[in-house]
Amino acid sequence: MKSRELLLAVIIVALVGLIATRFPAFARPANLANVLNDTSILIMLALGQMAVILTKCIDLSVAANLALNGMVVAMLNATFPGLPIPLLMLVALCLGAALGAVNGLMVWKLDIPPIVATLGTLTIYRGAIFVLSGGAWVNAHEMSPAFKALPRASLAGLPVLTWIAIVAILAVWVLLTRTPLGRAFYAAGGNPHAAIYTGIDVGRTRCAAYILSGALAGICGYLWVSRYAVAYVDVAGGFELDVIAACVIGGVSIAGGIGSVGGAILGALFLGVIKNALPVIDISPFWQLAISGTAIIAAVAFNARAERTKGRVILKSAETA
Amino acid sequence: MKLVPTLLASAALATALMAPAHAEDQKRIAIVAKALGIGFFEAAAKGAEEAAKELGDVKIIYTGPTDTTAEGQIEVINSLIAQNVDAIAISANDPDALVPSLKKAMQRGITVISWDSGVAPEGREMQLNPSSTPLIGNMIIKLAADNLPDGGDVAVLSATATATNQNAWIAAMNEVLPNYPKIKVVATVYGDDLADKSYRETQGLMQTYPDLKAIIAPTSVGIVAAAQAVEDAGKIGQINVTGLGLPSEMAGHVESGATKSFAIWNPIDLGYSAAMIAYNLATDKAEAKAGGEIPMGRMGVVKLDDNTEGAMADPFVYDKSNIEQFKSMF
Repeated sequence: MKSRELLLAVIIVALVGLIATRFPAFARPANLANVLNDTSILIMLALGQMAVILTKCIDLSVAANLALNGMVVAMLNATFPGLPIPLLMLVALCLGAALGAVNGLMVWKLDIPPIVATLGTLTIYRGAIFVLSGGAWVNAHEMSPAFKALPRASLAGLPVLTWIAIVAILAVWVLLTRTPLGRAFYAAGGNPHAAIYTGIDVGRTRCAAYILSGALAGICGYLWVSRYAVAYVDVAGGFELDVIAACVIGGVSIAGGIGSVGGAILGALFLGVIKNALPVIDISPFWQLAISGTAIIAAVAFNARAERTKGRVILKSAETA
Repeated sequence: MKLVPTLLASAALATALMAPAHAEDQKRIAIVAKALGIGFFEAAAKGAEEAAKELGDVKIIYTGPTDTTAEGQIEVINSLIAQNVDAIAISANDPDALVPSLKKAMQRGITVISWDSGVAPEGREMQLNPSSTPLIGNMIIKLAADNLPDGGDVAVLSATATATNQNAWIAAMNEVLPNYPKIKVVATVYGDDLADKSYRETQGLMQTYPDLKAIIAPTSVGIVAAAQAVEDAGKIGQINVTGLGLPSEMAGHVESGATKSFAIWNPIDLGYSAAMIAYNLATDKAEAKAGGEIPMGRMGVVKLDDNTEGAMADPFVYDKSNIEQFKSMF
């Protein structure tokens, strides 16, 4: 596990080095901080997604959840400019968690396959944005200055957006490695039947993972809308695929039970570096898409092979025994 | 289209014979919106009223369905036929679905034109487009050039690499590029109409071309994201973001100075021109035929192409001086 993350870290560093040969300014610390900041939202969403994937589920509704929360807080801000920003963030956090809980309850109580349940809510949440806004945008001049300023404000050299991501990383790391719930995520996905015998309620654990993913998506909703200073129906369209790709590249197993905070972060950073590098190294947009796709498939193929080898080892030892 | 003059003539005769008092002293022109309550169309109605005031003997009936459906518009058209208005100028929710009812209107001698969003040729006498590809192509480069008396590097931020509209506009822009010798277009990048990708592409442009003076974004998501990226990079005043956008979406960025000016159609002019054309056709002062010309008051003359479509004018330029007026409209 550790060596895979190390390998990914080395690949990212090599990638930055390679880009720097074509565009030296890319490797400047200020630019790298900028890449980290740009990737913050992806990192946070990947952490939530990872918790869900660990329990053998998937959350396709993250981007739609993010967009709906973004629209809600943007409209609240436009209508009541006096509302304090922390309160809006709390609204986004709670609403996001509630939307995540809808996914979780469907998977837990109704036993709907996760991919179907979240595919459904993806569409419902997007539709809800349209119903809520009537298709209209919330624009920069309708948002209060404080609303737009928060993620950009600089704290000890880094933007608040980056700091929020760092806090989220620490919180999720503590949750996953130091709490019973965090360990239950691994158990519920690694071997659901065994988990039940150890007294873990697998359905409840999955629901908790969805709530975590939803809450992070809610916060990201505010951050996204205020960073780009615009809210519309298609905000973050298709972004759920980037989030899942980040997890998979980071070594989170789609089959559940395997994954780490470090891996998810590195997976997100890998995509972040590629996304930020492609515009500056002057490659045709058609090649850009192909390169992004190839990188994802290569990483996944590598991970898939790593997992398969592990399975074979167990079989062999069973045979010889 | 040979039928049309005959129809018009018989219509005029019919109105003269049958219609009561109002027929001669007042022409009734219906301006049909995609839906009521949309700022863009309210502004167009205002323009139509302006035309009515100028013409004197015209009454504007501004109407439309409550939601943007073809069914709603068909009901509106049927009611207008029943009222026996003199002309219908419609922005269609569907190019084909409205054809039967509009045909019926024309058979009753009502002048039918479409504007903004067109109707299939058999359902109207002419279509008034707000602008045309060559006019837009020229305008977007002119917007950049006007603020760069000494010339400089300019980049284009488009939507997707396969977007038909944007590619046509950029091609039209490149055709007139020799007219702006000091302007150098250094790159065309694609933001895919995604806020985050457009933002990143803009950051990339600023890094790759430190001397960049302007970014042209002929797409509403792109121009907003680019303006925000320039603002966040602290390059307001150094890089001017321009292109096509909506006043309501761009107001904040014009105010911040990231965008000095941008363009899009002016709904007031569009409503004014539609009313003028409808009046001139309804009173037989002009004829809608391929290659023909129809006067439209202060907006000049519209030339019709083989599909009896015509372009009104250059896109209208919005800047600090008029953004306040338009930002609540559309």
